Amino acid sequence: MSKQKKKTVTKYSKSNMSSTEYQSFAKTQEPPRTVLKNCLMAFLIGGAICTLGQGVTELYMHFFKMTSEEASNPTVATLILVSVILTSLGVYDKFAQIAGAGSAVPVTGFANSMASAAIEHRAEGLVLGTGSNMFKLAGSVIVFGTVAAFIVGIAYIVLGIGGH
Amino acid sequence: MLRGQQSWWFEKAPKIISTATIVGPLEGLGPLADTFDVIHPELDMNEKTWEKAERLMLNQATQKALTKANLDSSDLQIYVGGDLLNQIITNSFVARELAIPYLGVFGACSTSMESLAIVAQLVSSGAVKYGMAATSSHNATAEKQFRYPTEYGAQKPPTAQNTITGSGAAIVSLQGKGPSIEAATIGKVIDLGITDPFNMGAAMAPAAVDTIIAHFNDLNRTPLDYDLIITGDLASVGHPIAKELLLKEGVPINQTCFDDCGLRIYDIEQQDVQAGGSGAGCSAVITYGQIVQQLTEGKLKRVLMVATGALMSPISFQQGDTIPCIAHAVALKGMGVE
Amino acid sequence: MIYFWAFVVGGAICVIGQLMFDVMKLTPAHTMATLVVVGAFVDGFGWYEPLVEFAGAGATVPITSFGNALVHGALTELFDVGWIGVISGIFKVTSAGISAAIIFSFLAALFVKPKG
Repeated sequence: MSKQKKKTVTKYSKSNMSSTEYQSFAKTQEPPRTVLKNCLMAFLIGGAICTLGQGVTELYMHFFKMTSEEASNPTVATLILVSVILTSLGVYDKFAQIAGAGSAVPVTGFANSMASAAIEHRAEGLVLGTGSNMFKLAGSVIVFGTVAAFIVGIAYIVLGIGGH
Repeated sequence: MLRGQQSWWFEKAPKIISTATIVGPLEGLGPLADTFDVIHPELDMNEKTWEKAERLMLNQATQKALTKANLDSSDLQIYVGGDLLNQIITNSFVARELAIPYLGVFGACSTSMESLAIVAQLVSSGAVKYGMAATSSHNATAEKQFRYPTEYGAQKPPTAQNTITGSGAAIVSLQGKGPSIEAATIGKVIDLGITDPFNMGAAMAPAAVDTIIAHFNDLNRTPLDYDLIITGDLASVGHPIAKELLLKEGVPINQTCFDDCGLRIYDIEQQDVQAGGSGAGCSAVITYGQIVQQLTEGKLKRVLMVATGALMSPISFQQGDTIPCIAHAVALKGMGVE
Repeated sequence: MIYFWAFVVGGAICVIGQLMFDVMKLTPAHTMATLVVVGAFVDGFGWYEPLVEFAGAGATVPITSFGNALVHGALTELFDVGWIGVISGIFKVTSAGISAAIIFSFLAALFVKPKG
């Protein structure tokens, strides 16, 4: 009942491309990152956040009669609060896709990394979830900063630098 | 019946007698919205956690497939399922609800065809009368496990893919009506040294190519035997790579329609999904939705569905390991096709 | 004038971060850790304070100033109480930032569900 088709047997050879060859090939196929546009957005948005920070500092200096040094702590705390609120509203990650480093590098990025981890892992409870995971992303910043500060301190001791 | 080294030809071709597809909001806004059974308007589906939302979807998909087939879970002798989460936990809970003998599988995003191939073999060989294959993925559970907390502001590169929120289930049997499963080709793990988890398309493309070539060789077929050859989730970076690799090996893939589920599920221009869709649910909701519908209506005669998976773990890439990949292919035949 | 320099210097530090993302293909974690260490060493050389005088928030808002503050704490304590200060003083200056981040993040976790 079925027609007997004389089929020519085609055997395709399997690819014998080496890993290095393939990796170079795959690299050429990657869509280029829009570096210039990303840098421009990072500059504008990062700069704007810093300018906002400057404004906040001036407000604290003016209304609370603080010196610029005293105002830096409340300024950082204010920016952190704003970042946590935006993270809670679910908009920080959307904004970050455009801003890139412009939203990640300022202290707002640090706060976002902690707030997002805390909020996400609430599902596993406050202690094991939020508590244990809050520093998931920010931990390396704190660890490396601390170690670097320690190294600088040791260098000062060893070099016998006194009086700042 | 073994053909070649890695393919199964089903003398008694099992049929997909019912399917169900459940998706999330983003997929519901995509071009295939009207091919899905249920679209959830909210990502959390009113559940307490993302993980519970994924379980809800898979429960819905499996139950709906049973309802559409007029069957009860006690009529099924096997459930083969998998998902992306650690210990394929979503499936453990869904299998508990189904109370059907259960085989859990992990194939990452190739799970849909891996599970379908196994069920088809069990049905064809007479080991079971009715079997179900299902899989799911959820954008938030995948991001939480593999990448970053969902509210974290990390800028995704253009090679990144968006894990789809979706669940697909299919019931297979020798009795009943539906598109038939002619053959399956089980893939081997292929690893050409890609380490970037944000470029899985490039990591998976060689696996898809390897399985497609093995399929043609084992079954003495060529691209012309199929109206459509469609990969799971290579998306806009991996799919052109696969096409070029196939053409390089002399496979005339351009003689037929060669497409990708990750490219079909979203409108890449309008939706913010970088390179396209990915996830275990991606190939499932399209195969068990649009493809099965078109095979039933006669719009497609023969389809080769090649689901692709990246088999890394969150720890493996942190430790600098490469991404081993795999692809499983299932050949589907439309109703009434000789 | 300080607003202008806050904008330019802050923006420039972010551009350095962006280049680390796009050209050096570093992850955000690697980038931030590097910038913090850079800030620490720059302050070690005594160059960060002048930058703060010049650019105000443009130097104190980016994550580099976190490194600067950690070193400041360590060195101030070193000069005040001696060598143990290198360990005991590190978090003195930054404690406002870290405490604020912990407290606000915890409160957020109490009241908010992630939106995906």
